[in-house]
Amino acid sequence: MSFSWAKPYEPKHPAMKWLDQRLPIPRLVYGATGPGYPVPRNLNYFWNFGVLAGVFLTIQIVTGIVLAMHYVSTADGAFNSVNQLIMRDVNAGWLLRYAHMNGASFFFIVVYIHIFRGLYYGSYKPPRELVWMLGLVIYLLMMANAFMGYVLPWGQMSYWGAQVITGFFSAFPLVGEPIRVWLLGGYAPDQAALTRFFSLHYLLPFVIAAVVILHIWALHIPGSGNPTGVDVKDEKDTLPFHPYFTAKDGWFSASFLLIYALVTFYAPNYLGHPDNYIPANPLATPAHIVPEWYFWPFYAILRSFTLDFILPAKLWGVLAMFSSILLLFFLPWLDKSPVRSGTYRPLFKRFFWLMVIDVLILGYVGGAPISAFRTALGQFAAAYYFLHFLVILPLVSKFETTLPLPNSISESVLGERGTMATAG
Amino acid sequence: MATKASAGVTGETGGDGVPSGVRRRDFLNVAAVSFAGVGTVAALAPLIVQMSPSADVLALSTTEVDISKIQPGQGIKTQWRKQPIFIRNLTPKEIAEANAVSLSDLRDPQSLADRTKPGKANWLITLGVCTHLGCVPLGIGEGENKGPYGGYFCPCHGSMYDTAARIRQGPAPKNLEVPEYKFTSPTTVQIGS
Repeated sequence: MSFSWAKPYEPKHPAMKWLDQRLPIPRLVYGATGPGYPVPRNLNYFWNFGVLAGVFLTIQIVTGIVLAMHYVSTADGAFNSVNQLIMRDVNAGWLLRYAHMNGASFFFIVVYIHIFRGLYYGSYKPPRELVWMLGLVIYLLMMANAFMGYVLPWGQMSYWGAQVITGFFSAFPLVGEPIRVWLLGGYAPDQAALTRFFSLHYLLPFVIAAVVILHIWALHIPGSGNPTGVDVKDEKDTLPFHPYFTAKDGWFSASFLLIYALVTFYAPNYLGHPDNYIPANPLATPAHIVPEWYFWPFYAILRSFTLDFILPAKLWGVLAMFSSILLLFFLPWLDKSPVRSGTYRPLFKRFFWLMVIDVLILGYVGGAPISAFRTALGQFAAAYYFLHFLVILPLVSKFETTLPLPNSISESVLGERGTMATAG
Repeated sequence: MATKASAGVTGETGGDGVPSGVRRRDFLNVAAVSFAGVGTVAALAPLIVQMSPSADVLALSTTEVDISKIQPGQGIKTQWRKQPIFIRNLTPKEIAEANAVSLSDLRDPQSLADRTKPGKANWLITLGVCTHLGCVPLGIGEGENKGPYGGYFCPCHGSMYDTAARIRQGPAPKNLEVPEYKFTSPTTVQIGS
């Protein structure tokens, strides 16, 4: 699983030897996140976001479990249990709730940086295709779970979010409406929907944790990629995970958590919607309904279909929205350039940044109220999104002249000194 | 793979005593796996059907509404199966406007007569659920924005409905849905069946 120069685990204490022969958990940890796991020495700060995502998953599970001790999952009681009981009466309830609420947003910030890191440095390329695909599975599970969690406070945005998102299914002809009713357990969001969302919202994080284990397992077969995209060749190219990367990850996580704490304490509602502090009212829709910020680009793609063309516009919107994520599963075969890192791909690099800008535009359009200009802008940006992945990327990878790659990681880091050090 | 030779070695034969390609063990394997498969599917059934609307939800499937107080030009918003229902008493002018539209101009062609009961063309009863993404359109309450076609206007994505609650402009694919209902008396409507 690891490189030949990885330090083997050698228990010193008799108790550890005894344990190692019976249940070698310390050996597993030593080889996965300890001195026994060699990591490319040239990782930049973008490589800290995987560990950080794990930190936020842990924060969400821990705060979520304690919030569930106070939350009441009834249509009559949910809103008050969050806004009265937890926010005012439960000791430190306000902190736990704000930490969980903003933890979700920060989890997405971290995961988006992690995903774009993968896109830039070609982390989806062989031999790491499965690492990438398992990551996408985690992302899809996160989206489902974030949506269900947002429904639980049973405010106006919760309720109408549930109505609109389950409404996606009704776009499918014939089977759509029965599926929607089945998912909701009724004809509109109500008690049945709320309770099952709560049940699944508690379940999915553990499913995510399981897929995270597979994600890390698959990663540890070839080991981490690195900013040059060049394979590890010998021991000079790596450093042991502990203490080098545990220290770096620890330092970086602490710094990032500082930003999270700033938002949680000083602007806890900045990323939310005031309408969700109004109790759910099935008879009145908020004037401007939008999902949470992390769904804005997809919401823009959904809304950018306004004309019926063979299929109804609404169905096109739903199909396009789902495909915008599903197509990422095919990325390893859409971009066949043998050079992984965007640093050595001048043409790819330009289109990468255009794609980032495009996604930001989609996000802006998805979050803003509808206007003729923004609809047109959203349509253009949605079309470009698909164009980028389905046309531009395959063509660029075919015709691009890439820059020369460094001979090794150590040479790229240390220059001539790296080669000299070999002799010594 | 199961050749005559191997069948001969294990002594397995077909029913007529001639060695055959299918061994008794193959049959047992297929039978056991099929049986377990059917059993698993049967065990999944309750896990799936429990998610469908329960009896207490279905028990709300009819609602009686008194419409005697609704004057022409007015409407009320009520609830049926937890969904908003619009009941509107159309004025003769609104009926005339709805009938003046040619069906070929409509995205979801239906006449006002298709959407009301015979002899009750003034009573327009629809779900208050926009067929785009399920928002509640405006226009039923006094002073609400009825949109340019005098019916309903959905604030979410700008779908506009006419006085027969038919989609005229905007992203919604269908007219506002007409639920099943009947007049149980001249002043009472039962929604649902």
